Amino acid sequence: MNLDMITIRRIVTHVEDIHHEFGPPAGTPLRRGAIAAVLTNPFAGRYVSEIVPMMDALQPVGIEMAQRLRAAMDVPVERIESYGKGAIVGAAGELEHGALWHVPGGYAMRELLGWKGDRNAYAQGKGSAPSAQPASQPGNALAIVPSTKKVGGPGAALDVPLTHINAAYVRSHFDAMEVRVPGAPAADEIVFILVMSTGARVHARVGGLKAADIAQWNGLR
Amino acid sequence: MAAKIRKLIVEVDETRIEAGRAVDPPTRKALAMAVIENPYAGRFGDNFAENLDELIAIGEELGGLLGDKCVQALGIAPGAAQSYGKAAIVGEAGELEHAAAILHPKLGAPLRKAVEKGAALVPSAKKRGGLGTAIDVPLGHKDAAFVRSHFDAMEARVSDAPRANEIVVAVVVTDSGRPLPRIGGLQASEIKGEDGLR
Repeated sequence: MNLDMITIRRIVTHVEDIHHEFGPPAGTPLRRGAIAAVLTNPFAGRYVSEIVPMMDALQPVGIEMAQRLRAAMDVPVERIESYGKGAIVGAAGELEHGALWHVPGGYAMRELLGWKGDRNAYAQGKGSAPSAQPASQPGNALAIVPSTKKVGGPGAALDVPLTHINAAYVRSHFDAMEVRVPGAPAADEIVFILVMSTGARVHARVGGLKAADIAQWNGLR
Repeated sequence: MAAKIRKLIVEVDETRIEAGRAVDPPTRKALAMAVIENPYAGRFGDNFAENLDELIAIGEELGGLLGDKCVQALGIAPGAAQSYGKAAIVGEAGELEHAAAILHPKLGAPLRKAVEKGAALVPSAKKRGGLGTAIDVPLGHKDAAFVRSHFDAMEARVSDAPRANEIVVAVVVTDSGRPLPRIGGLQASEIKGEDGLR
């Protein structure tokens, strides 16, 4: 693990309580949180073919960010119902540098929320729970962590998708959070982002699979 | 509670490195925002509201609520707060004076209580705006307005607010000044903190 690749310049947390959106106020407001870490991009300004070592180096960064976001949201892990992740790469970098976040960002939140899979298997894309499990829930955070990424200038906004942690098709939990850091990323920086939420859209009412009806425990339904 | 709050948002911005240099301890700025209904929205022409007391009361309520949220997010004792600022963005069915009614008459006292003391003026900004409009909340040292290292600003913005009949109210509290201050002037260590200026 090459920790020299990791230089964190700035960390921004954002937590919001949504009481209503001009409909009936929620008994418990929806709480959504985002954390954005501004890191130096060690590959800025040139083409580097071997970038995968940074994926490992980002692992502890992701775990720290997930824990820090949970703490800022001030709710127990059991209340986190949806998640997402994203990256904004500064102008001297390439989109592929943002893709380094897929494994460590996703793994970090799954680790936090109770998924106890094997990290190496996850890195190889084999981390999800086996499909067609019996009706009993085999674990938590079974669903893929949705993501977006872009190359952008300082203050660029990224719409980071959110979906249910256990079943990607839960319609009430399809959502997104706009995340941006004023002043970042500079050309040689990357902003890595995690988002989590305590539930469905505040006035969710367009049908589809409900969280209460998840039955297959395969990360989808 | 007078304020009809649709959303409440708290952000913390922590800078560990600036211009390649370590900032130790990191500088930290906390921003708390409330998206509220504007009780005087649409009061134009014959319906013009002379009296804005409802917003003045809302300002008093939000000064304490948002100030406390900032201090809590920083995880500091109230007395450890160093600088502050406030701002409001009024949706298009409101007027600039509505922001003034929230910010100026009564928001300051409970905010000062939240940061323990606060002899200095709370610097402010206001504007009319639409969804996602950004406002730069000015910052100054809470006990001595001339402390040069603490002149700063923090950008505040809510992607889906203000709607036409809403107001975004923002308060910022910090536990630090700029990351690498080096342009002289009055230092925080030199202040008396009595007249709010020096």
